[in-house]
Amino acid sequence: MKKITARPYSLRDIPFHYCPGCMHGIAHRLVAEVIDELGIHGRTIGISSVGCSVFAKHYFNVDMIQAAHGRAPSIATGVKRVLPDRVLFTYQGDGDLAAIGIGDFIHTAYRGEKITTIFINNTVYGMTGGQMAPTTLIGQVTKTTPFGRSVEINGNPIRVCELIASVEGVAYVERVSLHNPKEIIKAKKAIRKAFEMQLNGIGFSLVEALSACPTNLGLSPLEAVKWMEEKMIPFYPLGVYKSPAGGGLSA
Amino acid sequence: MKGNDAIGEGAILAGCRHFFGYPITPQSEVTHYLAKRLPEVGGLFMQAESELASINLVFGAACAGARVMTASSGPGISLMQEGLSFLAGSELPCVLVNIMRGGPGLGNIGPSQADYFQATKGGGHGDYHTIVLAPNSVQEILDMMKKAFDMSDMYRMPVMVMADGIMGQMMEPVVINEEKSVEIPPRPWATIGRDYHENRNEINSLFVVLEEMEEVNLRLLHKYEEIHAKETLCEEYMLDDAEVALVAFGTVSRICRAVVDKAREQGIRAGLIRPITLWPFPHDVISRIAKSAQCFLAVEMNMGQMFEDVEIGAKGRAPVYHYGRLGGMVPLAKDILEELKKVSKRRGTGR
Amino acid sequence: MHEEIYIAGLGGQGALSMGQLLALAATSENKEVSYVPFYGPEKRGGFANCGVIISDHPISSPIISEPSVLVVMNNLSLKNYEDSVILGGIIIVNSSMVNLGVKRSDVRVVSIQASEEAEHLGDVRVANSVILGALIELTEVVSVSAVEKSLEEVLPKRNLNMIPINFKALERGAELASNYKKAWSNLS
Repeated sequence: MKKITARPYSLRDIPFHYCPGCMHGIAHRLVAEVIDELGIHGRTIGISSVGCSVFAKHYFNVDMIQAAHGRAPSIATGVKRVLPDRVLFTYQGDGDLAAIGIGDFIHTAYRGEKITTIFINNTVYGMTGGQMAPTTLIGQVTKTTPFGRSVEINGNPIRVCELIASVEGVAYVERVSLHNPKEIIKAKKAIRKAFEMQLNGIGFSLVEALSACPTNLGLSPLEAVKWMEEKMIPFYPLGVYKSPAGGGLSA
Repeated sequence: MKGNDAIGEGAILAGCRHFFGYPITPQSEVTHYLAKRLPEVGGLFMQAESELASINLVFGAACAGARVMTASSGPGISLMQEGLSFLAGSELPCVLVNIMRGGPGLGNIGPSQADYFQATKGGGHGDYHTIVLAPNSVQEILDMMKKAFDMSDMYRMPVMVMADGIMGQMMEPVVINEEKSVEIPPRPWATIGRDYHENRNEINSLFVVLEEMEEVNLRLLHKYEEIHAKETLCEEYMLDDAEVALVAFGTVSRICRAVVDKAREQGIRAGLIRPITLWPFPHDVISRIAKSAQCFLAVEMNMGQMFEDVEIGAKGRAPVYHYGRLGGMVPLAKDILEELKKVSKRRGTGR
Repeated sequence: MHEEIYIAGLGGQGALSMGQLLALAATSENKEVSYVPFYGPEKRGGFANCGVIISDHPISSPIISEPSVLVVMNNLSLKNYEDSVILGGIIIVNSSMVNLGVKRSDVRVVSIQASEEAEHLGDVRVANSVILGALIELTEVVSVSAVEKSLEEVLPKRNLNMIPINFKALERGAELASNYKKAWSNLS
């Protein structure tokens, strides 16, 4: 028998605690595969954030740091400025990056820190039990928007890729989705590219991965995938928002 | 040399090569000094977008194994409290400097000692302590920075050097003792990449299993007890026959020393206890003096914060009084002397 | 020797640089020194005071509550600090800026039209050096040469051409003060 797949070396042999249908596991695996393939396992340091993915610190088989809520980019910068030859990635959710931590995120991007941010956008706060995120869609029902998110009360959802695509110092920005195999293959390529930007010393790189949280959406995993296709992707278009060859959307 | 410059030079002499911070009066000269000086010694000075970012940049550099510091004043130190709690929980070494100003709120830039509670009683959330050092001369600032870094390394925890605005602005002659090389202890716990050490390292302050968290808390507790036993520092002046023991730290302790001299000229047997470590506080010294002195007079630039620690140390054996100036005002020698004369005749505790 | 010198004025008048210069000069002569500035948040025009202690003995408190020498550069400073000066102390008044009179009769008062003197020398900005020259002449806390040397050290390069006029200002201040000194010695 031929072994065609195995757990990446950069993931530890520990069962994930994530809910059924959650896509964090997929994203973890993609990041780990890329670290393996680039041969940077021994010099990569990851920063996990606050939210469901706080446990990423436990799952990745590299040196890991667990950050305060929203501060992962600053901590990654601190490490990188002391050890410029290491590879740094932050793994942050939408609440962590786009709400409480948007200041750290934007300043890190503007400084052009040579780090890579993996940003998981599932439009909802998972760990605290399904409250509104800055990326929650208009009309979307959450625990803190029981009548649906309204522009009047809550303002508009933040499109993170669009927000920093024009920033000098940012090398690479791409939005991908984890809802089907085809997109997952694209996602892995994007993550690889983002790490390569760092390795080549070009600048800050961001991959936003759209993901589903069936538990808090109150949907089955399959229904959640459908919801992503119908509601989420139209609002958050997939594609490359910035690359050194030239910016612009090239989905 | 100026106090704020001594902070910078002291850090460099201690082998610190990384500073992340945000300007605030009356601390700004620390940033000016290090912005110029650190690149000269191959170090990095980086201005962050906020104190929130500063303390987390410090956190990152500490994870990477660097001797790293930041400096700020009241409002900025408040913003750093979350980070301080995470540093304590993650057991990371670093040095913080607080050049205190008047408060609460934006307050003013006058000299103050109003951050005593915040510094010594935790400040951030959770069960932890920070070592707090209170220098009272420019020479001591210079020498104390090395001690601060050494202690923070030895116990893997943040150490705060706390001074008021006068200490920062004051100029006094100093002697610089340049050591040939500073030995920075190894950091086997640092997250520097798996190629560079044996085991996989994780820096973390999240312990979801309650028993595990309690274990961590107990380990911290034992560490804090050890520090209390070994590291408490205090200067005693003219206490052998003192009837009234003044207790003061920082700039105020300098004024009080002059007051003790003046009081003795006038036949009043006064002495001075100067805590050098505010945490751990020299409760034992207070207890010992409580047996011989008739009363204590805590003199501070606040409403009576260290006063409470003096009361804990006195254990009711001798009354403790408080004299304070607020809002950035500095207690004057003649006023302290008046107060000293008053309390030497009074009985019972109070402010 | 032990002098507690308090210099009070408005930001931009040079009170702080005068104090720093004194402190540096005293340091270069291996004396015990402390210098503590106090100022408002404004860079120019707010209050700007400093206390300098120069002594042969270790200094316990760097905070001055009863100065032996007070220098005032504006009316408010005279009003605020006149009473704090020790018995027999010296008050140096920049009378170009201060039109109030000194009420106390138990101190020695030196009144110098520093701004006019400075203008006469060619640059109003050296008014503080005129005052400093007087202060040194009266107290002898440091030597003039130590002040001159320190001035050369601290003056930014772009202002090096200001050195000769500052030296002249120090000299002029000393000259004016020596008249007071003579008068006082005749009295006693």
